[in-house]
This record gives sequence, C-alpha cells and structure tokens, in this order.
Amino acid sequence: MKIYLKIWRQDSLATAGEMVVYQLDEVSSDMSFLEMLDLLNESLIQKSERVIEFDHDCREGICGQCGVMINGRAHGPLAHTTTCQLHMRSFKDGDTIHIEPFRAAAFPVVRDLKINRHSLDKIIQSGGFISASSGEAPEANGLLISHPVAEAAFDAGSCIGCGACVATCKNSSADLFTSAKITQFALLPQGNIERTERVLAMVDQMDAEGFGHCTNTEACEVECPQEISVLHIARMNYEYSKALLLKRN
Amino acid sequence: MAGTGLFLCFFLVIHLLGNLQLLLPAAEAKEQFNWYSHLLAGNLFIKIVSWVLLLSIIAHAVYALIITRKSNKANGTKYAYDKRGASSTWNSRNMGLLGTVILVFLVIHLKDFWYVSDFTTMNLDKQGNKDMYSVVVLTFHEWWYVLIYEISFIALGFHLLHGFFSAARTLGIYHPKYVNLVRYTGWVYTAFITGGFMLIPIYLYFNN
Repeated sequence: MKIYLKIWRQDSLATAGEMVVYQLDEVSSDMSFLEMLDLLNESLIQKSERVIEFDHDCREGICGQCGVMINGRAHGPLAHTTTCQLHMRSFKDGDTIHIEPFRAAAFPVVRDLKINRHSLDKIIQSGGFISASSGEAPEANGLLISHPVAEAAFDAGSCIGCGACVATCKNSSADLFTSAKITQFALLPQGNIERTERVLAMVDQMDAEGFGHCTNTEACEVECPQEISVLHIARMNYEYSKALLLKRN
Repeated sequence: MAGTGLFLCFFLVIHLLGNLQLLLPAAEAKEQFNWYSHLLAGNLFIKIVSWVLLLSIIAHAVYALIITRKSNKANGTKYAYDKRGASSTWNSRNMGLLGTVILVFLVIHLKDFWYVSDFTTMNLDKQGNKDMYSVVVLTFHEWWYVLIYEISFIALGFHLLHGFFSAARTLGIYHPKYVNLVRYTGWVYTAFITGGFMLIPIYLYFNN
C-alpha cells in the first residue's frame, strides 16, 4: 500500500526542526511500524540522504526504548501498545501519517525522533534502589511476601519507562512513571525500610528535572503500553504527604 | 488546589441549602429569606468565614496560575500535529478555562448581591430586615441575566465533575473501593449543586 509520511526532522537541539514529507509506495500491511521506517531509511541511504534517527531496541514491546507520537497520539492509534508493536495493518492505503518525537522540556530532542530521557533515569537514581548491601541472594522463602502484594508490586514494576505518559500529558508530568517506581519499592519488604526518604527524594528530583504538575486528566493510563494504573499517583501523593508529615528534619 | 477546592465545595452545599428558601411561595420566601440574610449579615462567625472564603478563592486561582505556568514551561516545544485530546475528557483538560468563567461570574455575582447588601442603603421589609428577596427577584427579571447565571452554572458543573474526584486523588485516596465511592459521590454532588443552582433563577424568572 501507499503511505504518505510527515516526519519531524531536526539536526540537533540547537537547530530548528520541521515536518518533512516522504512517500512510500510499497508498504506491506504485515510490516511493523518500525520496519516501515527502516524501509524509508533504506530509500534515503540509496539517495545518499541522512537517515531518520529514531529510538528502538528489542522490538518486542518490553524494553521501553521506542516511542514516537504517531498521528498525534503517543505510540499511535492502538491502546496500550508500544510503537514497535504497532503494525501497518492499522493504517489504510493512501493514509498520511504524522510522526513526531515525544515532547517535553525534560526530554530534549537529540536528533529527529530520538530524544534524551535521562531525566527519568535521574529520578530512579535519586532513590529508586536499595542502599543496603545484600550480599548473596537469600533463601527465596526466607522473606514471605503474599501473592496479592507480589502481584501489585509487579503491576507497578512492569513500567518500561518509555515516557509516553509524559508525552501525552498536557502538563508534561512524570507522575505516573515516578509513582509506579515508588509503589513497586514501597510494597515489598526490601524497599519498605527506606520508603520515606525515597518518596521525598524521587518527587523532589522529578520537580528538579522540570516535569509539570499532575492534574488527574488520566490520559497517561490510556496511553501507557503497560496499563499502569493512575491510582499509583494517588498512592504516591499519600506516601509523599505521610513522609513530609513524619520526617524529623 | 485540593484543600481550597474542597473547602469551596463544602461552601457550595451550605450556599445552595440557604438559597433553596427562594423556592418557597413568594410571601413566605420573602419573609424567610430576608430573615436568613439578616441572620448571616449579623453573625461574626459568618463574617470570618466569608473572608476565609474570599481568601480561598484567591489562593485557588493564584495557585492555578502558578502550576499552569510551570506546566507551560515543562511542555517545551508544541506538537505540530496533536490529537492527544482523545485520551482524556474535555473538562479535565480545561479546568483553567472553566475556572476563569466561574471567576468572572463571581465578580458579577458579588457585585449583584454582596455589594448591594453590604454597601448600599436598602428597603426594609415588614420585619425590619433588608429586603434581599426583592433584589434577587428583580435581578432575575431579565432573561439575559438568567442566561449569564445558567451558563456559569454549567461551567461550574463541569469544573466540579473533574475537581471533586481530582482533589481526592491529590489528597492520596488510592484504595480502589473508595476511589469509586468518591467518583460516584462526585457525580451526585455535582448533579445536586449544578441542578439546584440552575433551578433557582429559572423558577424566579417564570414565577414573578
């Protein structure tokens, strides 16, 4: 099928970008969205033009590396899907597809569709680990965790950090991401010990990175490939208020 | 936002319950409502509450401006092609716009009743209370004035529909059972407040 593309091209953060029009005549509906971009890049190489740079890694929907705005929606038209798991069968012959990078002040464009999401890593670094040296792995049954708690922690921990929540939020808030990490650690006994310091450090880091406020529009949950629940945000607010109230200095 | 918002939500209930006296038969409503206005005007506690109320409205609006500015900064470059609206409700994205409509309405509303009752000389009724009832009835004599009020109440309704449950989230209610309870309570609350306030001007317009 024939596909028309309008793709954001930008050399670097220092230069201005623009939407550039491309056309692909032989796109198979079985192709993944990223394979379609590969096809376009091959045609650019043959014409000795600079290829379109975009983030991708596993192409299995689990690494969180890929992610672009497709026709104005994070990860495209399908619900709870990563960009790599979107296929060209979701589009029709003759369609025009608009492709842009995830946009937020905290996600500066590196080139074209490639962005720097180091701000999310810094939130994790600010408190999302356990500082005690645990030595060898302990006996698995030594630390009892009930099944519902393990499942709830896993639900939160399934966040792949793609940044679609930030990109789709009208306030560019990273609350869904941060709250998922906070919940995951707070629920399990290993993380429970430092939950107070952690929530304060991670929320402060989130603000320092320049993310916006959450106004509970719930758009993030709709676009999240892992269906992370917005209730984690409420839980983070609870944890944060409690930590603020109880901290000693 | 949540703290001031919920305080204003609570005030709306008291305000509406008081106003429902306007729906009584005209003679009875006049006596009853003027007595009620006089009661409020003469009470020091009510005076203090009214100043706290005014401060809450200002704090609510100022804080909204601050977080909007922060969000605008956080957004960076705008999308060239944006269909993100499909993933959230219109009112949740336009709380600022709805709030502005309500703020403009409040200025008109305070000028209509608060200014008139507190800063002008007024006719007294048979009991010797200021005749606020006649001021209210006269105000809703004009259809376009009723329309201004009705439009403002619709804006208020959409503002509350998002604001009520959003405030609970900000305060940290995350248990799924109570989250749903808050959501349904918010719907009933919004229907009661919006319906009640919308009914009064229409009733007065058609009955006088």
